[in-house]
Amino acid sequence: MIPAGSNVGHVLRAVVRAPTGAAALGAVTLLIVLAIAGPIMWGSQARTMDVARGGEGSSPEHLFGTDRLGRDILARTLTAARLSLGLALAATATAAVIGFPFGAVISVLGGRARAVGLRVIEILLAFPPILLAIFVTAIVGPGAHGAVIAIGIAFAPNFARLANTLAATAAGRDYVASARVIGIGTHRLLTRYIVPNIADTLSISIFNAVGSSIIAVSSLSFLGLGVQAPQFDWGSMLTEGVHSLYVMPAAALAPAAVIAIAGLSTGFLGEALARAMNPLLWTAPDGASPAVVAAPARAPVAAPGGPRVPAGERPLLEIEGLTVEFPTPRAITPVRDVSLTLKKGEIVGVVGESGSGKSLTALAIAQLVPYPGTVTARVLCLRGEDLRHASPRVLGTEVAMIFQDPMSSLNPALRIGLQLIEASQVHRGLDRAAAWQMAVARMRDVHIPAPEARMRQYPHEFSGGMRQRAMIAMALMNAPSLIIADEPTTALDVTVQAQIIDVLHEINRTHGAAVLLISHDIGVIAEICTRVLVMYAGRIVEDADLATILRAPAHPYAQALIAAVPTLDLDRARPMDAIPGRPPDLDALPVGCAYAPRCPLAIARCRTEEPPLEDLPGGRRVACWVARDRLLEHHPG
Amino acid sequence: MRGFLLRRAGSLGIVLAALLFASFLIVRLIPGDPARTIAGLDASQEDVQRIRVALGLDKPLLVQFATYARRAVRLDFGRSFVTNEPVTTLIGDRLPKTVQLAAVALLLVMVLSVPLGMAAGAFTREGRHRRAEVMFAAVTSAGGALPEFLASTFLAFVFAVWLQWLPVAGSDERLAIVLPAVAISLRPIAVLARIVRVETLNVLAQDYIRTARSKRLPARLLYLRHTLPNVLTAALTIGGLLFTGLLGGAVIVENVFAWPGLGTAVVQGVLSRDYPVIQGVILMLGIAVVLVNTLVDVLLGLVDPRSVIRTA
Repeated sequence: MIPAGSNVGHVLRAVVRAPTGAAALGAVTLLIVLAIAGPIMWGSQARTMDVARGGEGSSPEHLFGTDRLGRDILARTLTAARLSLGLALAATATAAVIGFPFGAVISVLGGRARAVGLRVIEILLAFPPILLAIFVTAIVGPGAHGAVIAIGIAFAPNFARLANTLAATAAGRDYVASARVIGIGTHRLLTRYIVPNIADTLSISIFNAVGSSIIAVSSLSFLGLGVQAPQFDWGSMLTEGVHSLYVMPAAALAPAAVIAIAGLSTGFLGEALARAMNPLLWTAPDGASPAVVAAPARAPVAAPGGPRVPAGERPLLEIEGLTVEFPTPRAITPVRDVSLTLKKGEIVGVVGESGSGKSLTALAIAQLVPYPGTVTARVLCLRGEDLRHASPRVLGTEVAMIFQDPMSSLNPALRIGLQLIEASQVHRGLDRAAAWQMAVARMRDVHIPAPEARMRQYPHEFSGGMRQRAMIAMALMNAPSLIIADEPTTALDVTVQAQIIDVLHEINRTHGAAVLLISHDIGVIAEICTRVLVMYAGRIVEDADLATILRAPAHPYAQALIAAVPTLDLDRARPMDAIPGRPPDLDALPVGCAYAPRCPLAIARCRTEEPPLEDLPGGRRVACWVARDRLLEHHPG
Repeated sequence: MRGFLLRRAGSLGIVLAALLFASFLIVRLIPGDPARTIAGLDASQEDVQRIRVALGLDKPLLVQFATYARRAVRLDFGRSFVTNEPVTTLIGDRLPKTVQLAAVALLLVMVLSVPLGMAAGAFTREGRHRRAEVMFAAVTSAGGALPEFLASTFLAFVFAVWLQWLPVAGSDERLAIVLPAVAISLRPIAVLARIVRVETLNVLAQDYIRTARSKRLPARLLYLRHTLPNVLTAALTIGGLLFTGLLGGAVIVENVFAWPGLGTAVVQGVLSRDYPVIQGVILMLGIAVVLVNTLVDVLLGLVDPRSVIRTA
C-alpha cells in the first residue's frame, strides 16, 4: 500500500485539523503575502527619514514608534519580510543543491569511499551551523550574498545526510522490490512508489530548513555579517534595535517577534504536514499503554460462601472473584472472576494459551497490573491480609516475582549484587554487609558458582540460565511466602529449562515458599506442580490435582491441552493433536462458554449460558456443562 | 578499552589536521587576490605587498601550509592587523571567558533538563496525563526552536530593561554572566528535556523496571538508581551534539551581551578583515568542538557497562 501523499486536499484538511497546524498555515500564508506585498505597500514609508522625529514611542502615525533616523518601525518590519524570506529561501535552495547530490553520490559509492564520505558528513554535522557560517563569511566577506552562501553551506551537511538515508532506504523497501517484480517501469516506480514515500520526509525537512534558514540568516545579519545598510532585513533591524533597547525597545522587539513567529510557524507547518501525510508515524498508539490504578476499595471481608477453606488451616493465598479490566481502547476484561487458593508451601501450576489471562492474574496478585488496568476482587488475601491495602513492605517481602525473560528483567546498568541486596536493605533494614552475606548464601542456594565474584558483575556478563538463577536468588532474598514465577523457563534453552525447574523445586523444599508457576507448557508444570489450574479466555475452567489432570482431564479444553503434549510413547504414525481454532478475541467474547466455538462436545446450552466453575466429585472444580453432567452421572449424590 | 581509546585518538588527530588545513584555507579561498581584498581597494601597492608577505601569500601553497602549520602548532597565529597585538595574547584573554560562559550554560542544562525531563516522563508514563504531555511538548518544541539571539533580546528586555534586575552588557559585574548563560542554555534545556522525557518513558516501560517495582522499592531508588543511569546513557548518545551547540550559542550570545570572549573576537575579526585573528579564533573554536565531541564519546564508552569496550 502506498501511504497517502498525493491527495492535496486531504492533506490540507488534516493539517488544519491539527492544533498547531491551522495557526502555522495561517502565519506562513500571511508571511508569503507580506513578502510579496510588503515592499509595495510600505516600502517608501519604511525608507522615509525624519531625523527630527527619531526614536519616538508609539503614536497614531507610528504604531510601533520610529527608529533613530525617524523611520517607521512597523513599516520597516513589514517591508523587510521580502528580503528576510527571500534570503532564507535562497539559502535553503543552496543547501539543497549542494547537499542532496553530495549525499546521493555517497550512497552509491563503494564501501570505503562511502564510509569516508559518511564520516565527513558526520564531522561537519558536529559543528554548530553558525560556526560553519562564520567560517564561510570570513572567506566570501560579509553581505547578503555571503549570508546566502554561508547558510547554504552550513546547512548542506543536513541535506546530504538526509539524501543519503532516503536513497538507501527508499529503494530497498519490500513494496518497491515487489513492484519491480511485477514489471513496473523505472519512471513509474520512481513517481508512484518511491517519491510519494520520501515526499513526506523531504517536505518536512525542507520546511524545517526554511524555518531554520530564516533564523540563521537573521542571526548572521544580527551579528553584522549578513545584510548591510542601506538594505535591511529583520536581523539587521534587530541589531539596531538592541543598541537602543533601553530607549526604544519596540525597535528590537518588533523584528525579534517577527523572526520568532516566522521561524516557529514554518517549523510547525512542516511538522503538521508530515503528520498529515503519514499519520501512522506521528500519532501515539491510543491507549496501548497501561499502570497501576488503585483497585476500587472494597471491604476486605470475605463474601458469603467465601473461599474454599480446608478445615483447620487457613490457606496462604485466597482469591475470590478476581477481575482485571482495561478501559481502553475498547473495554476488555482479560481476567474474569478468578477464584483460587494456595496452601503454604504448595506448588500450583497455571496453564493456558497466551491471552488466557494467566500472566495478568499473576500481576494482579502482586498488585502490578499496568495502567490503566483496574483490579477488583471479592477476596484477595495473603496470610489473611488484604493485598490491595498491603504496605510496600509486606508486598516486597511476602510476595516475590520471577519474570519470563531474564535478559530484560535485570537492570543492565546495575551490578547483580546491588540488585539482589537492595530490597532487603529497604524492607528488612539490613546493612550492606549483612545483606551481601545473605545474597551470597542465596546465590549458593541456586548453584551459581563463585557467587561473590558474580555479584560484582553486570547482567550482560551472565548467561541466560545464570541470570534466571540470579532472579530466583533475588526472589528468595526476603524469605517470601509466595513466589510467582511467570513463564520462568520460556526464554531459555531446553537443557537450561530443566535446571531452572530443578532449582525452583529445590528452593520450594528448602525455603518452604509456595510457588505459583505460570506456563503455557504443561510439560514444565507436570515436572513439579501438585495442582493445576487451567485457564481459558480469562477464566479458570478446571482446577484439579496434577495426576487427575494428566490422566482424566474433565474440561474439553484441558483434554485438548493434554492431548497436544508430545509423550515418549507417542505413536509417531498418528499426527499430534493440535487444538483446532483460535483463542477468542477478548473484546468479542461469545455468549455462553468462551470455548464453545472450538469445542467438539459443545451442546446448545454451551452457546447460550456460561457454565460456572463448580465443585465436582473427585476434588476438582470444572466450568463445563458437558463435563458436569458426565461427572455427576458417574458419581451421583 | 585501550583499542577504543586509540581509535578515538587516531580519528581525533585526523580531524584536528583537517581543521588546521581548513583554517589555513580561509585566506587562500578568498576570491580574487586575497591580499588586495584584505587591504581594500584603495590600499597602496606597498600595503598590499606587505599583507601578502605577512600572510606568506608570496610563496607556493605547500610551503605556505607547512609554515602555517609549524607556527600554528606553537599557537603562533601572527599579529592582529588592527591592534598589532599577538593573536595568541588575544586568545589567551578571550578563551577563558568563553569557556566560563559555556561551562555555566552546560551546568544549567544538566541541572535543569534532566530532572525536568524525568519528572515529565514519570508524570506522563504509560499515557497518563495526556494534557500535561501536550503542554510539555508545546513548550519544549517552542523553546527548542527559539534561537539564542532572540532569547537574548527578550531576556535583556525583560530582566535588564524592564525589571532592571541584571546588567545587560560586559563581564565586569558578577551577575553579568547570568543573562548570557541563560540565553545559551534555554534551547538545549528544552531539547534535552524532551529527549530525556522520551528516554524516561522507554526505560520505565522496560522489564527491569517492572522487576524493580515488584520489589516495592521506594520512588527514590526506582527513579534515581534504576531509571536515571539508563536514561542518561541513552539521552547523552542522542544529546551529545547539544554540547557543541553550546559553543555555537556562546558565539552569538557574546555579541548581544558584549561578553569579551572568542565569539565577539571572531565577529569583529570578520567585520574588520583581521585574518590572523579570524584564523586563530576559528581554529580554537573548532578544536573546542572536536574535543567536546570526543569527550562525550569517550565518557559514554566508559559509563555504559553494556558497551563492548568495557568488557574487552
